[in-house]
Amino acid sequence: MDQRVASLHESLTGRSQLRVPGWLPGGLSLLVISLILFASLSALFFNAQLASLTTTLFDPYLLRVLRFTLWQASLSTLLSVLLAIPVARALARRTTFRGRSVLLLLLGLPVATPVIVVIFGIVEIYGNNGTLNHLIRLFGFSFQVNLYGLTGILIAHLFFNMPLAVRMLLPAWNQIPDESWRLASQLGMKSGSLFKLIEWPVLRRVLPGSAGIIFLLCFASFAIVLVLGGGPRATTIEVAIYQALRFDFEPSKAALLALIQLVICTLTVALLHHWLRALPLSSGLATTSQNRPDLNQPGSRLIDFGIILVATTFVALPLLALLRAGLTGPVLSVISDQSLWSAALNSLMIAIAAAGIAFSLGMALLTTSRYLRFHRKQPNRSELLELSGSLTLVVPPMVIATGLFSLLLPFGFVFDWGLVLVAMINGLMVLPYVIRLVGPALLANGEHYHHLCSELGIRGWHQFKLIDWPIIRHPAAFSMGLCATLSFGDLGVVALFGTHDAMTLPLLLYHRIGAYQFEAASVTALILALLCLVVFRVIDLLIGGRRALH
Amino acid sequence: MNPPQFKSKRTVFITSLLWLLTLLTPPLTVADAKPTLTIYTYESFVSKWGPGPLVEKAFEAECSCDLRFIGLEDGAALLSRLKLEGERTSADIVLGLDTSLTKEALETGLFAPHKMNIPELGLSLPWDDAYFLPYDYGHFAIIYDTQRLNNPPHSMKALIENDEGGKLIIQDPRTSTPGLGLLLWVKSVFGTTAPQAWEKLAPRILTVTKGWSEAYGLFLKGEAPMVLSYTTSPAYHMIAEESDRYQAADFAEGHYAQIEVAGKTVNRPQSKLADDFLAFMVSPRFQDLIPTTNWMFPAGRTEKPLPEAFNKLVRPVRTLHFTPNEVTTHRKEWINEWLHSMSR
Repeated sequence: MDQRVASLHESLTGRSQLRVPGWLPGGLSLLVISLILFASLSALFFNAQLASLTTTLFDPYLLRVLRFTLWQASLSTLLSVLLAIPVARALARRTTFRGRSVLLLLLGLPVATPVIVVIFGIVEIYGNNGTLNHLIRLFGFSFQVNLYGLTGILIAHLFFNMPLAVRMLLPAWNQIPDESWRLASQLGMKSGSLFKLIEWPVLRRVLPGSAGIIFLLCFASFAIVLVLGGGPRATTIEVAIYQALRFDFEPSKAALLALIQLVICTLTVALLHHWLRALPLSSGLATTSQNRPDLNQPGSRLIDFGIILVATTFVALPLLALLRAGLTGPVLSVISDQSLWSAALNSLMIAIAAAGIAFSLGMALLTTSRYLRFHRKQPNRSELLELSGSLTLVVPPMVIATGLFSLLLPFGFVFDWGLVLVAMINGLMVLPYVIRLVGPALLANGEHYHHLCSELGIRGWHQFKLIDWPIIRHPAAFSMGLCATLSFGDLGVVALFGTHDAMTLPLLLYHRIGAYQFEAASVTALILALLCLVVFRVIDLLIGGRRALH
Repeated sequence: MNPPQFKSKRTVFITSLLWLLTLLTPPLTVADAKPTLTIYTYESFVSKWGPGPLVEKAFEAECSCDLRFIGLEDGAALLSRLKLEGERTSADIVLGLDTSLTKEALETGLFAPHKMNIPELGLSLPWDDAYFLPYDYGHFAIIYDTQRLNNPPHSMKALIENDEGGKLIIQDPRTSTPGLGLLLWVKSVFGTTAPQAWEKLAPRILTVTKGWSEAYGLFLKGEAPMVLSYTTSPAYHMIAEESDRYQAADFAEGHYAQIEVAGKTVNRPQSKLADDFLAFMVSPRFQDLIPTTNWMFPAGRTEKPLPEAFNKLVRPVRTLHFTPNEVTTHRKEWINEWLHSMSR
């Protein structure tokens, strides 16, 4: 018996194994992240010619770009959150209807759908020759919805961020204790006062954080503004960076714009960091609102399902339009085109590399973070280390890309190494997802087992394989699938580095929309969306195993 | 038992592997031995209905080479791409700049002289440029849809001042040579009051596209009744579609002229092939394709007469044109002016 335990112990602890200090993985990871950021930001400072700062800052066109960026981001945030409240409330009130989980899944879809694909669907519905305007004309109105400009940007931002806001707000209702509802029904409260006295106080706690995240996302919106902006009137800073590099060839102007972008993002995060910290995302768990007194108020059922129907239609329509346009397009000629598949292959390699980079960096950060928390008892440092993985929220990928672009430009490397850089920056971009999805499971595991592990002397690779992996396997698979999917469909930094030789699928689609090959574009968009789905499922299955059904 | 022998076995294995690799590589490169001539041009040139496919076929038949066209958004984007790529560009020839950009393009130091005796060009302007050769020319014009616009503008002033005049699609002067052309056209008509003119026009511009293809595509899909294009565009509809529906608006102030050129890049391995292509470009084999594929006036000698439809086109009362020097000096400034007015 004793012998068996001893040999097991030996094999678990791995006598001859090299002992890796607990701080090393996270330290290395942090070093890599800070090196990239440092290289990029110092290149920006070096290139920005700060002497011309004042002239650029007071350039009326740039001021207008800045004003428009802030304006569209605020408006998008306000609309997304305001419209999300009734939708979230309707979903919180109706917890048991059939198809609720499918609906929540649908609301989760926009996060992973490539932006450029959605834009295509939106043009199909709301474009000047889209379904909506056809309907308006059919009913004899001369009025026309003009998609290009602020309207289009707002519609697209709503598509992505309203569902996100719903998912961020929904958990607030979980925090309302059942007693509150009982008390309210004893007092005979009506729906309005319920909202004011019970729901609003909990909502108020999550609203600033949700709004902050949405503001940051809209502020750094690139592809949407690039395609739907329609001219100098509706240009954001990120698009101006792209134009400064690719239209005007003025790296110093691009660097300066990137710095402005950086300052505003940092300020937003600094202002809201208290609320941004721990924002739960609804996974669709039913909330306990069975006892609220307004469930059977006259008409309330109708209102709730009406709201849910409108929201669902809004999200589903562009996706359905895409499906229809894709299936009726010239499918054969598009899929027999070799350039499509070579672009898809590039995208796939970028996606796998980015997911790999994000996962290694993320796991290293998390392992050391856990080590700091449980072995060293330094929870503050542990948290700080984890936060470093979310730096890309403060430093948008486009800013990092601009820095690296101007750093490499004098050497002529920019286009040779384009796709490698894209994979690297995408890896950093999706790193927060790994931290957010795998982090909680890994930390909880640490809390449960760190005493046991240190008593048995299980550490390093063995601890990972025997103790951690079985627990984190599913969230890890999910996060890697999501990272790969996001990276696969991303049209952001690749627009800076991409060329005809270094084409990715989203970039190809953008070119096709740009060249007005709408029929070929519709099929390309559908293929891109389907491949995203395949990439996600395959990675989720390969890593997470067969049971990884979410 | 015998370490040296073991070692030599491994050496043999490695050397044979290396040999195998070296033996395998040449066939791979030999299979690709046909030289490739890479040409950067604008999107509409390489599109299915553009001159690209026919030019490629005709030139490849005589050069035993592989002609590769790379289509960028539009003419002006060619210049920024070239500046970005610098000496590492993969372009042997850049086709699709115009005289507004030639001086700035030359300043990059990336172009080599064409060393050709320029044959009789069909241009009304004298031509002496040691670096760039013209392949076609035309005049910009506002094309309108007669089914949607009963009262087309008869001057630039009328276009800008009529608030009820219908929407217009234009191109970005930073990426597109027609876009830059319109900017220069407005400048030559309005001079110092051009910014006010743009401000007045701005609300009626449906969208600013990056290239001509996108703008004209949107126009034909009915998104707006007017688009910036060329006096020659109606010829396409007359010949290919037998339709008079789309017409050019004849402007009293005259029309701005565009001469499209190509140049070869410096220090490239395919220099000889590039020379051959430029000679081919000004020959009738290329020039005969221009009127009915690029829908412009050929700049070189042709063998076929111009199609009948070209006689029915608007003939500008005056040709407006800035010299390359003037454009180079003011381009940045005028584009900034345009950005200011358009974003108000």
